[in-house]
Amino acid sequence: MNEILSGRSTRAHHHFFSGSYGQTFRFDFIAFSLTLLLIGFGLVVLFSALSQSWSALLNQGIRLMLGLGCMILATQLRISTYYRWAPAIYVGTILLLFAVALFGVSSKGSQRWLDLPGLPSFQPSEFLKISLPLIVGWYITTRDFKLKFYDYVALTMIVGLPTGLVFLQPDYGTALILLIGVAGILFLVGLRLRWFAAGLVLVAISAPIIWNFVFHDYHRKRIITLFNPEQDPLGAGWNIIQSKTAVGSGGFHGKGLFEGTQSHLDFLPEGHTDFIIAVIGEELGFIWCVALLCCYLLLFSRLMYWCTTAVNGFGYVVGSGIAITFFGYVFVNVAMVLGLLPVVGLPLPLVSYGGSSAITTMIAFGVAVAVCTHKQDLER
Amino acid sequence: MSTKKAYDPVPDTLSKTVVYRAVAASVLALVLVLLLIARLYQLQILEHERYATHATENRLATQTIPPPRGLIFDRNGKILASNRIVPSLAVIKNSVDSIDALLSDIRALVKFSDTEELSFRNRLGDARGEDKVIIKRDLNDEQLAIAAVNRHRFGNILVITEILREYPTRDLAAHVVGSIRQITKEDLQQLDPVRYRGTKFVGRRGVEKFYEDSLHGEIGHRLVEVNAAGRVMSEISVETASRGQTLTLHLDIELQRVADNALGDRKGAIVAIDPKNGGILALVSKPSYDPNVFVTGLEGKEFKRLTARADAPLFNRATQGTYPPGSTIKPVIGMAGLAYGLIDWELEIDDPKGEFRLPDSSHIYRDWNWSKRGTGGQGQVDLFRAIYRSSNVYFFHMGAELDIDSLASFLQQWGYGRNTTIDIYDAESGVLPTTQWKEQHTGEPWFLGENMNYVIGQGYTLVTPLQLATVATLFANRGDWVRPRLLHSSAYPEKLDDDYSPIDGISESDWERMVEALTAVVHRGHKGYLQNGLAWAHIGMDIPYQMAGKSGTAQVVAIPQGEEYNEELLPEDQRKHALFFGFAPVHDPVIAVATVIENGGGGSSVAAPVVRQVIDAYLAAQVARADE
Repeated sequence: MNEILSGRSTRAHHHFFSGSYGQTFRFDFIAFSLTLLLIGFGLVVLFSALSQSWSALLNQGIRLMLGLGCMILATQLRISTYYRWAPAIYVGTILLLFAVALFGVSSKGSQRWLDLPGLPSFQPSEFLKISLPLIVGWYITTRDFKLKFYDYVALTMIVGLPTGLVFLQPDYGTALILLIGVAGILFLVGLRLRWFAAGLVLVAISAPIIWNFVFHDYHRKRIITLFNPEQDPLGAGWNIIQSKTAVGSGGFHGKGLFEGTQSHLDFLPEGHTDFIIAVIGEELGFIWCVALLCCYLLLFSRLMYWCTTAVNGFGYVVGSGIAITFFGYVFVNVAMVLGLLPVVGLPLPLVSYGGSSAITTMIAFGVAVAVCTHKQDLER
Repeated sequence: MSTKKAYDPVPDTLSKTVVYRAVAASVLALVLVLLLIARLYQLQILEHERYATHATENRLATQTIPPPRGLIFDRNGKILASNRIVPSLAVIKNSVDSIDALLSDIRALVKFSDTEELSFRNRLGDARGEDKVIIKRDLNDEQLAIAAVNRHRFGNILVITEILREYPTRDLAAHVVGSIRQITKEDLQQLDPVRYRGTKFVGRRGVEKFYEDSLHGEIGHRLVEVNAAGRVMSEISVETASRGQTLTLHLDIELQRVADNALGDRKGAIVAIDPKNGGILALVSKPSYDPNVFVTGLEGKEFKRLTARADAPLFNRATQGTYPPGSTIKPVIGMAGLAYGLIDWELEIDDPKGEFRLPDSSHIYRDWNWSKRGTGGQGQVDLFRAIYRSSNVYFFHMGAELDIDSLASFLQQWGYGRNTTIDIYDAESGVLPTTQWKEQHTGEPWFLGENMNYVIGQGYTLVTPLQLATVATLFANRGDWVRPRLLHSSAYPEKLDDDYSPIDGISESDWERMVEALTAVVHRGHKGYLQNGLAWAHIGMDIPYQMAGKSGTAQVVAIPQGEEYNEELLPEDQRKHALFFGFAPVHDPVIAVATVIENGGGGSSVAAPVVRQVIDAYLAAQVARADE
């Protein structure tokens, strides 16, 4: 047993990597190429959405390069490293979230940013897409995949604390995605369906209590508008009218890059961040939207493929958690812009303008590939 | 390594379910993507024409309605900052095809200087699509008539109404109320872009700056239908803006006027505080400026002129000007001596010549009326006399025995060296030196000789007039703290920080005795030369109420050993600063006042009458109000 724990696996893993450079350097050519394709496409679209500002584009380009570097680095770390550090990473993220609540920077009515001296300001909630799958994987693994009732209570608390903090910022979108990610993990590790049913019942019971006793009036008002944009035609409803018009007017071929009228005449708010898909829809049309979605689906499938090849449960849980969170972002963002879901304010991974989201997404990919491909068992 | 088991993805018990679940999740993802594609198909293919027309024909646009700024009143309801509606010329950014053509249109309508043009070009560059960019603010009747008559010729130039800030009291309360300024690019990085969308001004100084959040108000929106040219065709819905909060200050503008007149054309500051609650009744800094020149925000000429002036009218001397406290520090040093048990009221020192030497030193530390002939001695001096005659020599004796860091920590309780204000954004802390402070600032250790300057307020110590008024308030309250504040009330009062704990280590009888000594400064008279209170001859002979106070005269330049101070020989900017603080009535004080008059001369002869004028006016107004 000891040799398995301490040493590298005797089974060579280079055949898993189409672009492997020996045993020690780990590199998934397909995931890397898809990421590169997405960010390249994103930069082109952003150039248009940012009114062809070179400086903003350069800014974003630098962040993306940084993200790619982090992704490659994250892929090199051992699975045992991630396993050992999972609790510390989790606690660190929680501390950062508390720091946001205490000294965070407010913008547009919510407090999400942390501005530490010497660092560019960033959103700690973005790190949860990495630390939450890690801690859930860690917990399930320490329990040997045999979860008792109190384990679910513990997991609920582990997940609930950061999710609650994010919810209070308020950042409903990210909170929602985190829950989707965790629910996905529990589904994938084979949690009995009756537990999901029980969870739904619990939500149904607690929702009116939270609604009446925990929420303030402004919380309630915000959430009502969230599901009822018509009630706020100048706020959330306005965005949806404009984004549907932008996407719809694009048609099959689009109006051509830089030719969008809705986005450039300032009708479309947040055109370079959360609503970037509307710019794509208007300027590049149906065909490129479908291509983009396929690209995302391929990347998700690639991550899921790695999960099924994982040598142990920890890798499987973490990898699938990251993959599902990633897919959740894509789906909720696009569905929101197309008017299928309420506007909750989420970026489109790898394409939207902004550093925190893109960099953490790429690090998450690195982590997912690392924990799923490292052929080493864990010391528990 | 023989078994495959060691590498099983997950424990056996789960593996079958896990595979099913993984497949199910992937299928679900595929279905969701197909759902999105279906929605795209619906919007972009099936309903394309509808949206395409929607996008090219009349469009909806939101216009922002900036909120009127909250009003500012003095304690008696006199308005200090209001709003007025003015006509202005503006253009919508998107409607500008050629800036040169636009400029020639503008020049045909109104006089348009080169600086105005430069500012307009900058703002046009920063503006976004549907923003209205102001060409000229506050049109007069003639300009308005010309613009109205010729409007059809220049389709894209609009006459709009704007709300502008107005300061009816002009330069009288400029340093208190402050002013606003046109929002700059740097401001925008600090401000909430949603809340400030459509707002053109932000608080720059004074109350306008400190209470920006309360004064700003909430933005409104108007949903309108616009045609391709950007002109509004119809209004669909309106959400009105809500005005910023109305603020009422402790300031009494009539008292402010009295204080302003009392200073006249001299440079300096006056601060008056209500000792019951710390409310600032008057805060004058001279010279002053008219904040209305910043309101239109379009020309920088006036601003440049103001900043270039040598007498710095924008500088708030009352809160930011730091001066040596001079003899005004003596009663506080005396209190320190009492608190640390170094002296008592009985202790007397002998002062035959008006000078003091440290043992083994030839350096002479002089009393203020020292003369070469050696006639300046005050004889037997106790603490009481040392206050009302302001004896330097008494305090030199104390200074030789004091530990400077303990003294500093005592002085800090009185607000020296720190900012104790609640809502004054530009208040300075002044300087309260310690041995460590000196090490850091000069790299040298503390010398005993420096104690001598310290105890008569001529050393490194610097105070603002506001801090001096705070000390007066502390004497008036016999050591109880009320922190200085401007805001009296607002619609949604915020909880203010608690006041500090009282000054410790001083008995009630010591407080009363010291207040008696300060009263003697003003009222002790007809006792003969060298026996009268220092300020008596200047303000005490005909005073109808009980007032306590202390003068100070701060040297600006050092006087060489063996020389006498001769005002005639010095240029004006090297003459002494005149200081005085006082409060009244002694037994139930309702007002505490401090003044600093730059290069004014003697504290008792120049500064004391100024303080008395302010207190006179305030008490008279109180009597008048009680009579009504």
